[in-house]
Amino acid sequence: MMLQIEHLNIAFPNPKGHFEAVKDFSLHVEEGQVIGIVGESGSGKSMTAHAIMGLLDRKSVKVSGSIRFEGVELLDLTRTQMRSYQGKDLSIIFQEPMTSLNPTMKIGPQVEEALRIHTKMPPKERKQRALEAMALAGLPNGEQLYHQYPHQLSGGMRQRVMIAAALVLRPKLLIADEPTTALDVTIQAQILDTLREINRKEGIAILFISHDLGVIRALCHHVVVMQQGEIVEAGDVEQVFHHPQQGYTQRLIASRPTRTKLKAGGSHG
Amino acid sequence: MMKTLVKRVLLLIATLLLVTILAFVAFSIIPGDPTSSILGVEATPEQIAALRDRLGLNLPIWQRYLHWLGGLLTGDLGESYNYGMPVAQLLATCVTHTLTLAVLAFVLIVAISLPLGIIAARYEGGVVDRVLTILNQITMSVPNFVAGILLVYVFGLVLRLFQPGAIVSPQTGWGPYLWYMLFPALAVALPRSAMTVKMLRGAILSELGQDYIRTAYSKGNSKSSALWRHVLRNAMIPVVTFLAMTVADIMAGSIVVEQVFGIPGLGKMLVTSIGNRDYPVVQAIVVLIATVVVVCNFAADLLYRVMDPRLRGR
Repeated sequence: MMLQIEHLNIAFPNPKGHFEAVKDFSLHVEEGQVIGIVGESGSGKSMTAHAIMGLLDRKSVKVSGSIRFEGVELLDLTRTQMRSYQGKDLSIIFQEPMTSLNPTMKIGPQVEEALRIHTKMPPKERKQRALEAMALAGLPNGEQLYHQYPHQLSGGMRQRVMIAAALVLRPKLLIADEPTTALDVTIQAQILDTLREINRKEGIAILFISHDLGVIRALCHHVVVMQQGEIVEAGDVEQVFHHPQQGYTQRLIASRPTRTKLKAGGSHG
Repeated sequence: MMKTLVKRVLLLIATLLLVTILAFVAFSIIPGDPTSSILGVEATPEQIAALRDRLGLNLPIWQRYLHWLGGLLTGDLGESYNYGMPVAQLLATCVTHTLTLAVLAFVLIVAISLPLGIIAARYEGGVVDRVLTILNQITMSVPNFVAGILLVYVFGLVLRLFQPGAIVSPQTGWGPYLWYMLFPALAVALPRSAMTVKMLRGAILSELGQDYIRTAYSKGNSKSSALWRHVLRNAMIPVVTFLAMTVADIMAGSIVVEQVFGIPGLGKMLVTSIGNRDYPVVQAIVVLIATVVVVCNFAADLLYRVMDPRLRGR
């Protein structure tokens, strides 16, 4: 078992009491698996992703339970120990490709940053690795992009740059936190294709987070449905999609725009 | 980039031309006649008329302006009514004092506020940050001439680190000269440093909350490396603009602080010359100070473009 999350609780203590963002969350991820977490905004899915990555603020957020990665309890690690996993074995890409890149740093150094932090590789080799990662992320013209700045790229390309940066050290787990939500539909499909390729070719496990069960269905084998910080349903993605057990899951499926509904909506105005 | 540069340079020239017009016209229309301060109140009308003729005051204003501007462009600032010597020669030592004071003050502001701003933001809420916040508040609210008087008292009269009023000329040695100038420069720099620390601290903290910093942490950056490699360059962009505006403030501050420390700089000369209606001198000083301020803003604008790739080519 690569990643084993048991009874994870995430709470924000405040003077008026606890706000529990995630309650009793358990999830197992095997090597090379693609697992989806679906839920509406505020259901705690991003919070869970940040907890796995060690990105939650230790002072203001209380995390309890267990997150084991290859047998190591991540919640017991110091911040310095946790850093040796960040960007190396565990990587993440975010929802906002427009703001997730440093605006004043060239693409190249941003893609190879994890190499600079975690290895003693000479610059030439780093660049070679960065170009390979960019090709893998669907950016064949890496040599040219290497010297450009984020604002010169489209949203889809920026997300590919983020993917390349996350893949540069070939992590064991890639967490994709709503990576296509801010992109238009054609770009979204292309990014999903790329992620599927990365999983197939490199055997990198993906934890894919989305509010859109249709997107999850296109990519994942297994899905976990979250509502208000709790898992309400879990199982094989086709099973959940075709035979949802919970009213919440049914509503999530029903809330997807379909051709007939769009037509009906059009007649109203 | 080239096109923008040409546009900026043209704008710079236009601004400076406007400054010369304003400086010239303003001192031509304010009441008071330079002849009476030169000849005294008992001068005969014939004497006054002769002097007005000699100074060219009877020509129409646009002719006088063009004549003055032509001289300005060829480095001839005219002749002082009062001292009877070329303005350029008269101002040479004053300019040395004031520019030395201004440059020293600017260097001090940068040297004081950059490290303190970074430390305050890095250890936000810590002891150093809280002490700095209080010190900042106090320093910011003390006018520079009051800071000057306090410095004269503490370092000059009590600790005797320098002798107030006994300015050393740079000819006797740049070391003692700069040592003397350090104290007035400090008086000019302190209030502005406090503002810059506050500004830089705020800029760093706001950048630390940006999405790309979360990305930096997710790659394994420590707080320090995120700060040095990612935050600083972005946080410095607004601070550079602020520092450019500081130059105007330093020039104005220097003029006041010169009085406190007994430095015969541009400030003293300006006040004396206005009193004497010595317009060639006043106009030259105004144009000089305005040029320094405008050129510094121009430099900051260029630097801004170098630092922020999003602005290049615009």
